Amino acid sequence: MRLTLERIGVAIDGRRILDDVSLDVADGERLALLGPSGSGKSTALRVIAGLQAPSAGRVLLEGRDVTRVPAHRRRTGLVFQDAALFPHRDVAGNVGFGPRVAGLPEDERRARVSEALDLVGLAGTERRDVTTLSGGEAQRVALARALAPRPEVLLLDEPLGALDGPLRRRLQTDLRELFDQLELTVVHVTHDVGEAFELGDRVAVLREGRVAQVATPDELWARPADDWVARFLGMTNVVRDGDRATVIRPEAVRVRTGRGGVVTAADRDGAVVRLRVRREDGAELEAVAVGVEVPSVGDSVAVDVDPDGVVDVPLWRGEVSD
Amino acid sequence: MDRHRRTLSRTATAAVPIAFLALFFAWPLVAILRRSLVVDGRLDVPWGVVTSDLTREVLWFTLWQATVSTALTLAAGLPLAWALSRFRFRGRSVVEAFVLVPFVLPTVVVATAFIALLPDGVERSVWAILLAHVFFNVAVVVRVVGAFWAGLDRRLWDAAATLGASGAQRRLRLTLPLLAPALASAASIVFLFCFTSFGVIVILGGPRYATLETEIYNQAARLFDLRTAAVLGLIQLAAVAATVLVSGRLERRLGGARRGGQEAPRPAGRERIVVGAVVLCSVALLALPLLALVVRSLSVGDGYGFDHFTALAHETPALFVAPWHAVLNSLLFATAAAAIALAVGIPAAVAVAGGRRGLDVLLMLPLGASAAMLGFGFLLAFADPPLDLRSSPWIVPLAQSLVALPFVVRALVPALRAVDIRLREAAAVLGATPGQIRREIELPLLARPLAVAGGLAFAVALGEFGATVFVVRADWPTVPVAIFRFLGRPGEDNVGAAMALCVVLMGLVAAVALVSERVLVRGGPR
Repeated sequence: MRLTLERIGVAIDGRRILDDVSLDVADGERLALLGPSGSGKSTALRVIAGLQAPSAGRVLLEGRDVTRVPAHRRRTGLVFQDAALFPHRDVAGNVGFGPRVAGLPEDERRARVSEALDLVGLAGTERRDVTTLSGGEAQRVALARALAPRPEVLLLDEPLGALDGPLRRRLQTDLRELFDQLELTVVHVTHDVGEAFELGDRVAVLREGRVAQVATPDELWARPADDWVARFLGMTNVVRDGDRATVIRPEAVRVRTGRGGVVTAADRDGAVVRLRVRREDGAELEAVAVGVEVPSVGDSVAVDVDPDGVVDVPLWRGEVSD
Repeated sequence: MDRHRRTLSRTATAAVPIAFLALFFAWPLVAILRRSLVVDGRLDVPWGVVTSDLTREVLWFTLWQATVSTALTLAAGLPLAWALSRFRFRGRSVVEAFVLVPFVLPTVVVATAFIALLPDGVERSVWAILLAHVFFNVAVVVRVVGAFWAGLDRRLWDAAATLGASGAQRRLRLTLPLLAPALASAASIVFLFCFTSFGVIVILGGPRYATLETEIYNQAARLFDLRTAAVLGLIQLAAVAATVLVSGRLERRLGGARRGGQEAPRPAGRERIVVGAVVLCSVALLALPLLALVVRSLSVGDGYGFDHFTALAHETPALFVAPWHAVLNSLLFATAAAAIALAVGIPAAVAVAGGRRGLDVLLMLPLGASAAMLGFGFLLAFADPPLDLRSSPWIVPLAQSLVALPFVVRALVPALRAVDIRLREAAAVLGATPGQIRREIELPLLARPLAVAGGLAFAVALGEFGATVFVVRADWPTVPVAIFRFLGRPGEDNVGAAMALCVVLMGLVAAVALVSERVLVRGGPR
């Protein structure tokens, strides 16, 4: 189901949380809302779910204005950051809550519950007490609970935020496979660039309540809208030049044995190694190398920059608040 | 508009408790004000009463006994607060629960227990009053100071030790300043309770010792000088308002307490002996009056028996009815009072939890205005048509529900606030209507606090004395009123009947506590 936000504004106690936010999510598309804390991304999600009334703008589902439709009649599914499971009900009671308040008959409810639990890899846990679940399990139950009423749009608010390490990565992969399988329209809030890139067909970068850029992960990486977006995505080769900035993507910086620079840091991150190189002119550049034959700290290296990886972007004139 | 509707429904929620308080709290106070300041339709400031020797003496004794009681309570409660908050040992939770027992006991029972405990001659004296106040209020010190103490980061003391501070220096330069806000808060609460103490003083003080509170009763109910009573009430109100203001300010300073979160260690070495001694002595001292009460209720002549209890079935000249009627009356009144307190308290708590701060303050006022003031105000306000309630049996539960109301609200507000807003949101997103959210999410989560609040209101109403004694009809006595009447008459039989009724009342309060805690809570959904 197609989801449209039209010039949404939200002000709470006189403070502007969202300002003129417009987004268009196609049927079956997955949009990641990416931004630092305080950028308004969770508020945007609450507006879509109907939990926060916008002070300006409209929310459309399949072209129909639902701005005034209360949360319980919107048919959106929402997964909260730390699950928010009902403590007085067991797993089945939580997952079956939506079908129950919708008035579905008992046997269909039970079918929905086991189907949803199946989807999240927790089949057979119906009678578990939710207070005994681990963080990852609780988040899976919350996902199953959101899926059981078969929503048109699935909303996730930092679903992996409370998890860490390998568990987080595994659930991230599971989520992607699940999305592929369900063909749902998904809006997914995160502050983690990697998570946004993996789970989003497109990524909307939010900054101080406004949309800074909406693009596919590849486009975003190739052409960040301004220096702030480039830095937020993790690029460090951003050099200010008058009222413009030059961004050199790290993979466009090639390093080989030779003269012209010294490696000052080399950190392995899985298959790639992130290098910091100080050139003879004093400039520091970030580069990436792959494989195992890579320079180490103190090595003298020659540095080439692929002109395709150099982007000229405008400067953002706001305050950087991350 | 949605927002308008929400504002409207919130106002409607607050309207019930506000109307109730206006009619049954503000109006009686206005009646007191009018009676003290207006004579024959003209303003007449009663300087004669304000500056009289009686007023001066009564005010002086009220302040004196409250100050000394507070100091003694702090001295008695601090060691126990220390032992219970800083150490872990077997049976700690039992001791913690036991320490609270005196606080939930009716004042009449506490006073009677000290008559049972103390030897003849001392049983009605200043000492009896002070001891009863300490007994009653130690729980406040242990709870307020103890909870604060337990939350303080232990590493502060370790840091002070590594910096070279000796044990005494650590206590003086670290413990005392850190605890200061909690101590001040506990002290002001205890002071307020002692200042407005009624049952204990009217029973143990006899005719010799009068506080503002008991003198109001004396003037109104014995001497029928309503004007003097009203003026004393005015002075009492002013003094209480000042105390509440100060304590409110102190309590706000408690907010910044940092939570240490470490688990308390077991006492080691010499600490074991000190902690053990403190806990054993405290428990023994708290248990002693109650044991004495039970023993006295069972002692007949030189031996023991249930004669005092069986005598409760027979009419006596002390009451117009058989004493067991008083038990029945108490149960009926308390049931009605608890129902009223819940009916008013639930919307009040909802409104307060929704951010109505002003209402919160308003709801706590009956607690500060003291029970006897309320009773006296009822007497003055509801004496004439169209609101002549004097002969209506409803006047008693209405007065009692007003006393119980602050407890109900206090029990419900934190629970209402604790219902995670996201649970409601999660339910709404899953398709639950507001009604379904209330039924499926809020009610099950609030079953326990509701049971506790109802039980609390019932228990408070059962033991209520200060307000009830003003408004109750002579032929409809409650148990505390019956105990008071028995104690006011000479003779071993009357004292024995009072003791027996105290034991019955204690049993009823204990039963209520157990029922609201066990049956209602465990039986219902978790």
